[in-house]
Amino acid sequence: MKRVYANEKLCINCRVCEVYCRAAHSKSADVVRAYKEEPESCSRIHVEGDNNASIAVSCRHCENPACVEACITGAMQKDPKTGLVINDPARCVGCMTCALACPYGCIKIGHIAQKCDLCGLSGEPECVRHCPNNALIYAQGGSEK
Amino acid sequence: MEYNLELVMPRYKIVRDKERCINCGACARQCANEAHVIYDDGTVHSIDENCVNCQRCVCLCPAHALHITKYPLEFCENANWTSEAIQEVYTQAKTGGVLLSGMGNPKPYPIYWDKMLLNASQVTNPSIDPLREPMETVTILGRKPDCVKMKNGAITSKLPPQIKLSMPIMFSAMSFGSISLNAQKSLAMAAKKMGTLFNTGEGGLHRDFYPYADCAVVQVASGRFGVHKQYLEAARMIEIKIGQGAKPGIGGHLPGGKVNEEVSATRMIPAGADAISPAPHHDIYSIEDLRQLIYSLKEVTEYKKPVAVKIAAVHNSAAIASGIARAGADVIVMDGYRGGTGAAPTRIRDNVGIPIELALAAVDSRLREEGIRHNVSLVVAGSIRNSADIVKAIALGADAVYIASSALMALGCHMCRTCNTGKCNWGIATQRPDLVKRLNPEVMHLRAANLLNAWNHEIKEILGGMGINAIESLRGNRLMLRGIGLTQKELDILGIKHAGE
Amino acid sequence: MKYVIIGNGAAAISAAEEIRKNDTEGTIELFSHEKYHTYSRPLISYYLCGETDEKRMLYRSADFYEKMRITPHLGKTVTKIDRERKRIVADKTTYDYDKLLIASGSVPFIPPIAGIEGRKNVYTFLNMEDAKRLKKNISEKDHVVVVGGGLIGFKAAEGLSAVAASVTVVELSERVLTTILDNQAGEIMARRLESHGVRTVLRDSVSSLERDSVTLKSGKTLPCSALVVAVGVRPNAALARECGLDVGRGIICDSSQKTNDSDIYAAGDVCESVDITDGERRVLALLPNAVRQGKVAGSCMSGGKMEFAGGYPMNAIDFFGTYITTAGVINPPAGKGYKVKALSDGDKYRKIVIKDDTLCGFILINDPEQSGVMTSIMADKTKLSSLKKSVKESADMFSFDEKTRFIKLHGRCEI
Repeated sequence: MKRVYANEKLCINCRVCEVYCRAAHSKSADVVRAYKEEPESCSRIHVEGDNNASIAVSCRHCENPACVEACITGAMQKDPKTGLVINDPARCVGCMTCALACPYGCIKIGHIAQKCDLCGLSGEPECVRHCPNNALIYAQGGSEK
Repeated sequence: MEYNLELVMPRYKIVRDKERCINCGACARQCANEAHVIYDDGTVHSIDENCVNCQRCVCLCPAHALHITKYPLEFCENANWTSEAIQEVYTQAKTGGVLLSGMGNPKPYPIYWDKMLLNASQVTNPSIDPLREPMETVTILGRKPDCVKMKNGAITSKLPPQIKLSMPIMFSAMSFGSISLNAQKSLAMAAKKMGTLFNTGEGGLHRDFYPYADCAVVQVASGRFGVHKQYLEAARMIEIKIGQGAKPGIGGHLPGGKVNEEVSATRMIPAGADAISPAPHHDIYSIEDLRQLIYSLKEVTEYKKPVAVKIAAVHNSAAIASGIARAGADVIVMDGYRGGTGAAPTRIRDNVGIPIELALAAVDSRLREEGIRHNVSLVVAGSIRNSADIVKAIALGADAVYIASSALMALGCHMCRTCNTGKCNWGIATQRPDLVKRLNPEVMHLRAANLLNAWNHEIKEILGGMGINAIESLRGNRLMLRGIGLTQKELDILGIKHAGE
Repeated sequence: MKYVIIGNGAAAISAAEEIRKNDTEGTIELFSHEKYHTYSRPLISYYLCGETDEKRMLYRSADFYEKMRITPHLGKTVTKIDRERKRIVADKTTYDYDKLLIASGSVPFIPPIAGIEGRKNVYTFLNMEDAKRLKKNISEKDHVVVVGGGLIGFKAAEGLSAVAASVTVVELSERVLTTILDNQAGEIMARRLESHGVRTVLRDSVSSLERDSVTLKSGKTLPCSALVVAVGVRPNAALARECGLDVGRGIICDSSQKTNDSDIYAAGDVCESVDITDGERRVLALLPNAVRQGKVAGSCMSGGKMEFAGGYPMNAIDFFGTYITTAGVINPPAGKGYKVKALSDGDKYRKIVIKDDTLCGFILINDPEQSGVMTSIMADKTKLSSLKKSVKESADMFSFDEKTRFIKLHGRCEI
């Protein structure tokens, strides 16, 4: 499946990906309004490191996702068709066991668990589309189809 | 004891729309000049005095909450004592040093490109539609022989080395050191993609760039940085740099701070040491000395590489050019007084040299008069801003042009003219790794290539309008030019008639 | 192939899914003494305080059994396993199996308290039925006493605090949440609970239940109109024991979750497993552990080759918006070479336990987002000296060197 891959050599720590992710997952879908909404929207991608070395980290949509195994409610599931690991907001209670299980630290807390949904598989995710240095790509992983 | 009151006022004011700012901090993380800061409470604020107006934050701000204006400060200025002149005095009174600037001469001297108009065909000599008919912009640089022998349609006499360019545009000399590795790589990739050349400047050719060497012009300058046999052999053309339009008569100085491991290895100088290019070549005091260097370089490369000599356009360029042609150069490069630089003393940049348009016309005429025009190709540089400038240059007699400022703009440069600080937020004129990586050659080379492509298209369009189907037919064809608002003296030097004549 | 599964929780469901991946033909019969469609047990406290409802508690979609072609026997208690004839008895009917999975979970442990026999206001808190009874019976007039300050007790207390007049937790040990917290973190939590109207009584236990009060061992009395017994659970391994399978504290399995009968497997809270953080065998009654064991059992029952490498304690809970994430060894025994570092900063708390240059356990309060990276450092037994940042302070992708980070994020090794 296609995933978001980050190139550390090109990541410039601007964190614009976080902004556009948050906007994309807000009610208004607008950058400015997203930051003033209640309940607060949150970014599902985050940049780690500093200006010297940084990288954007988001859900890897693992083959055997630890978060899905750990989910106490069954809200976190891997779609067998698309491969997308997705959290059902109706069922999630925000216990954060998924965050404790995720080896990449990719699950964020809103009032429930928030994670990358590849912008609903509707083409290039917003973080990738807006990366000013093309440090993020949306592509098929190395060895897999 | 120091005088504590700051007289030098900020040049720009950063305007932050608090309604729109989302305090994401992108501006603060991106500004190497530290013109934005994130406070402990997470809010973001600006510091006007640090701003150089490079516009990085403005472009990057995802909320479009920023813009930059001139600092709203009215000095007691007059037409003579302008704000700038006053500020410069304050600055020098504070620092006691030479004023330094980046990029080209910003003063309102005449721009002759804008005082010349091009011709077009009407009725008698029909224009050509370049979309329907072949249009040739291929340019061949190199010494042409006095006569050519042919047999069965093929040239049988031995020709001096020639360089075929897909268009009459090359990237001008910008050294690794003055610009970043990624910036130079972008230009190298674009040159390769578009079938033209880039120029290493006097900084040597980085080991990773040898795959691009067949589209590299390598410089041999007064500091001889990075010059070795392999460097000369790998190149497409060798260029002896005598002078530069932005600072004629002045050497170069790359501060030790910018001489990192990579720059040091490429220039073959110790890391951290200042790289000083002397004002003159210490082995060139005459045309005869220049001839020696030209032939040394030809000898070492077995006469396979054309050798160019680059000079700044100065008062007696025509005589100098004649000498260079006679010294055996294959190409003469002339750089006008509006040419850019990474750093130059402001007074030199703004007051020394002559316009490239006049120097070109004078040199072309002089070489023709002496019957040696075919012995050299003429390449001009020094603020070529668009395709019309190029067409006019070629009509005045140039074979090709070098572009630099516009190429850097294609890579993101916003002309803030603080290249000398080494804190280029666009990753161009800097060696700081965190800034350099902001310029991604994989995408940026395409923008440089796009620019060449666009200009080449426009050149074809203009040629078609003139009823000319090959750039060769325009070369030195000054009948295609008319002056506008020029004195008779200027028209005489340019060798063109006034509009209406 | 005939598969029979005893249980309807996370381990049972994961096993069934894995079986179906490998074997599309075989029959799967699933037995549960509860009458409900598979639901999430840990959600009963959220149910109690109204944060979820019965429909949203379903662990899998309503059409799960049909889709997986599983025959559910809900509300049927398995009463016997006949290993000789490879069949089980439920509701006086026998069912043959080729492969049997015991995933019967746990049962509450009821300590001896005088006067609780036959009393209608005594509750346990383990399944849907318990939650429904509590929800129906507890009103704003009730004074609730919860026996046991562990996870279940506190989750019950949290759920009830919104409804009842008062909730008091009585815990025998010196802190609340004994197994997942240390004293300092326990104190932070106790304060937090107190501010939400949940009182805690430590180092004490309930010795008897009277008409409308309880008497504690210390002699104190507390008003009590409802008593919730939540001191702990035990593996529900009676059937296994009766039919002669090896049972320690829980059913003993190998790394393919097979018992000492090659056709019987076990998974989840009913088993013992190896805790990789200290190498001890213990019952790890945790949902993620149950899921993994269920998968392994399901796979191996249907010809697959998955292996269970051992588990580790891990718990993430939020009590009134305070997030606690813990894993591994939290209160290491003295003298065994463990080193402990604790750091508290405002409402954040961070404790790590180190042995032999590896991370053995941690507690993070209010820092859940990076806890997963900590878990992976612990589970992978990453040498802490190889890390670029100290786990004492933080852990993220920059804890690893560039190459490791690349492999982690790209899943391949060329840079």
